[in-house]
Amino acid sequence: MSEPLLQVSNLAKRFEGIVATDDLALNVEPGELHAVIGPNGAGKTTLILQLSGQLTPDSGRVVFAGEDITGLPMYERAGRGLARSFQITSLFLDLSVLDNVMLAVQAHAGHSFHFWRNARKEAALRQPSLALLERVGLADRADRRCADLSHGEHRMIELAMALAGQPRMLLLDEPMAGLGPEESARMVTMLRALKRQVTILLVEHDMEAVFALADRITVLVYGKVIATGEPAAIRTNTQVREAYLGDQEAGHG
Amino acid sequence: MIRLLTPRNVVLAVLLAFLVLLPVYAAVFGKPFVVTLFTRIVILAMAAVSLNLIMGYGGMVSFGHAVYIGIGGYVVGILAHEGVLSGFVQWPLALIASALAALIIGVLCLRTRGVYFIMITLAFAQLLYYVAIGLDRYGGDDGLTVYSRSEFFAPLDLAHKTQFYYVCLVLLFAVIGLTWRIVNSRFGLVVQGARSNDLRMQAIGFPTFRYKLACFVIAGTICGLSGALLANHTEFVSPAVMHWTRSGDLIVMVVLGGMATPFGPVVGAVALLVLEEALSGITEYWQIILGPLLLLVVLFARGGIMGLLRLGRAS
Amino acid sequence: MLLFLEQCLNGLQLGLLLFLLAAGLTLIFGIMDLVNLAHGSFYMIGAYFCATFTLLTGDFVISAALAFAATLLTGMAVEVIAIRRLYGRDHLDHVLGTFGLILFFNEAVRLIWGPAGMNVPLPAWLNTSFKILPGVDYPTYRIAIIVVTLAVALFMYILVMRTKLGMLIRAGATNREMVSALGVNINLLYTLVFGLGAALAGLAGLMQAPILTVQIGMGENILILAFVVIIIGGIGSIRGAFIAAIMVGLIDTVGRGFLPDLLALLLNPRSASSISPAMSSMLIYLLMAAVLVVRPEGLMPVSRR
Repeated sequence: MSEPLLQVSNLAKRFEGIVATDDLALNVEPGELHAVIGPNGAGKTTLILQLSGQLTPDSGRVVFAGEDITGLPMYERAGRGLARSFQITSLFLDLSVLDNVMLAVQAHAGHSFHFWRNARKEAALRQPSLALLERVGLADRADRRCADLSHGEHRMIELAMALAGQPRMLLLDEPMAGLGPEESARMVTMLRALKRQVTILLVEHDMEAVFALADRITVLVYGKVIATGEPAAIRTNTQVREAYLGDQEAGHG
Repeated sequence: MIRLLTPRNVVLAVLLAFLVLLPVYAAVFGKPFVVTLFTRIVILAMAAVSLNLIMGYGGMVSFGHAVYIGIGGYVVGILAHEGVLSGFVQWPLALIASALAALIIGVLCLRTRGVYFIMITLAFAQLLYYVAIGLDRYGGDDGLTVYSRSEFFAPLDLAHKTQFYYVCLVLLFAVIGLTWRIVNSRFGLVVQGARSNDLRMQAIGFPTFRYKLACFVIAGTICGLSGALLANHTEFVSPAVMHWTRSGDLIVMVVLGGMATPFGPVVGAVALLVLEEALSGITEYWQIILGPLLLLVVLFARGGIMGLLRLGRAS
Repeated sequence: MLLFLEQCLNGLQLGLLLFLLAAGLTLIFGIMDLVNLAHGSFYMIGAYFCATFTLLTGDFVISAALAFAATLLTGMAVEVIAIRRLYGRDHLDHVLGTFGLILFFNEAVRLIWGPAGMNVPLPAWLNTSFKILPGVDYPTYRIAIIVVTLAVALFMYILVMRTKLGMLIRAGATNREMVSALGVNINLLYTLVFGLGAALAGLAGLMQAPILTVQIGMGENILILAFVVIIIGGIGSIRGAFIAAIMVGLIDTVGRGFLPDLLALLLNPRSASSISPAMSSMLIYLLMAAVLVVRPEGLMPVSRR
């Protein structure tokens, strides 16, 4: 069959004595929604940072679509079709909502050493941007200052920006973070709609969302993979229950 | 029509009309000194506009921007000293020299961010200041007299006060127009995005360094032009023009006028320099007032004069 | 060879003085996250205070102590009146605000002390030479400076690493809210730290006063060197500031001393002597550029939480 779209092998990262990523191996098949879960401090965000290029691993390999991207700088990865959303909202708060998405679109629309034409009037940038905002339900907010929108709307803009340029794979770092039940439900619907169009690696704490969306789940503890498999298998895996789902059920639902 | 008569628009219209009609005013009221003063203001406004491009829109707070005034000025001064008086040779060379300097300084400084960047640009400014002091052949610490203004083609005579004023003013407007187009272009959006959130820009796929560097070079080049103009205006160039406190003045103009606005730097330059003139007439210790005033602006009127003019206007 | 030794000692002395300035700057930045451009003004104020007190009391050492105390108080007053409103703001705001303070202080000094510079005479017992090695005489005063600054450096090390106040300072640098929550008066802490930084700058200024002329704007030139020191050493690191300060002091002084001779090997003597002052001044900045290329965050950067 086809090769995995993302292949991670022997990934390792230490920070002054703390092992954040420990000989991590992970494969993501094209078209699947692969969730990564684990208790706090499991190294989920560190994993995303290494996959997106913000952090260089100490050792190991990251292969995307057959290409070794382990050392590739961050800004080259989006162009290869690997897009990312941020756990802590990281938008251009002082620019307009449309500007935010337009920049993401612009990154995939040729070079930007154009000094004269008014970019905001370029159809090649406006149309796709407005379309993306439509998709996440924010088209009517296009001209508002990004900072004026709610947290839930920010998370939607994050998603819209990640989708600009039609990526092959999305790295989603806790898209549900800080969302209330209604907004979470909206986000789950959004992600479900995206499923077959884009391959997704989803890091999440929200178990309901994870089990509702994931085709496969990988469980991380102290930077190491302890289990990978389909949701049903993970749910019943004793090691996982002990390490993770156990405290989840006891602590908070 | 009423919506056009906002405080901001009225103030700007009056200011621009005043600048255009200044020589007439000076002739009518017999105050030729005013033309000299405002030529200087217009030239420094141009330098401030270029700083606004990198600082206001790009978030790169350079405490060494005045070096380009020095570079532009010295190219004109040195060439004039060596007998090359044609503006067609001097000015392009001034621009090229400024661009090159900005390129080198930018490559070294833009590796840093925030406080580091501010201090490093400050240190580089001093470096070039000492280089200028070491230019014994061209006056060193004492400076270099420019005996003859840049020559272009006949009727244009830069020694003619009013002509020179209009040359500077036209160039200022051209520079404002140019920066306005740049800021709203694809390039400008990238630079603004990098100011807003550099990490995110990289994540979505922009190699921000090269865009910031290009912006830095453009700003340095424009500032070099203002240096060439200033050398012509004062018929003198010295290392003092590049001292880091001159860079501080430029920063004050941009912030006082209003950062990241097209006319802010002009308003700031006019306000600061007119205030200086007015205050120094009252007391020779006027900086004792300017210092705390600056602090107050920073604390309470961060958007500068343009920011104040926007208050009370429904957005 | 002996000249070289003398230059090295001068370089060490300059380096230690730079350390006093840099330590204050980096402490204030590390703890209050404040960029203080007006730090050089305290250097100047310390020198002026010392000059005046020496005129009044006739005794240099007493005046030095008084000037130190006066600068400490001035620093604390400035913090309460102006500086504390800048905390938490953008670094550009700090730069602008403290730039305004520079303008104010320069003019205030001009108003109070007049535009002419001042001189601080040394007492006879300090104005001698000391035989550090057979055949090598070195000014006693400069040795005194070295001894005093080393003592201050040691004192600061003990203060920051071994006392409760030092612990609060270090804690405040990494987690302000926590320190507040512990019931410590964080306002007072910041005022003390700022005052201490200012006093260190003033100490450097007053110690230099007998060697150089006390004049308006003397702070700005040395301030830039102090910035270069903390860039090379890593902003926030006192250890880095120490090492970088010594490096900068040595390179600047020894370079200045030997560059004309070095250049004379390559160029004719007249050119060499005319460009060497400028080139010597450039050495430090070239060092800084080199450090930037290799390690942009400085030699011993401090990681902040």
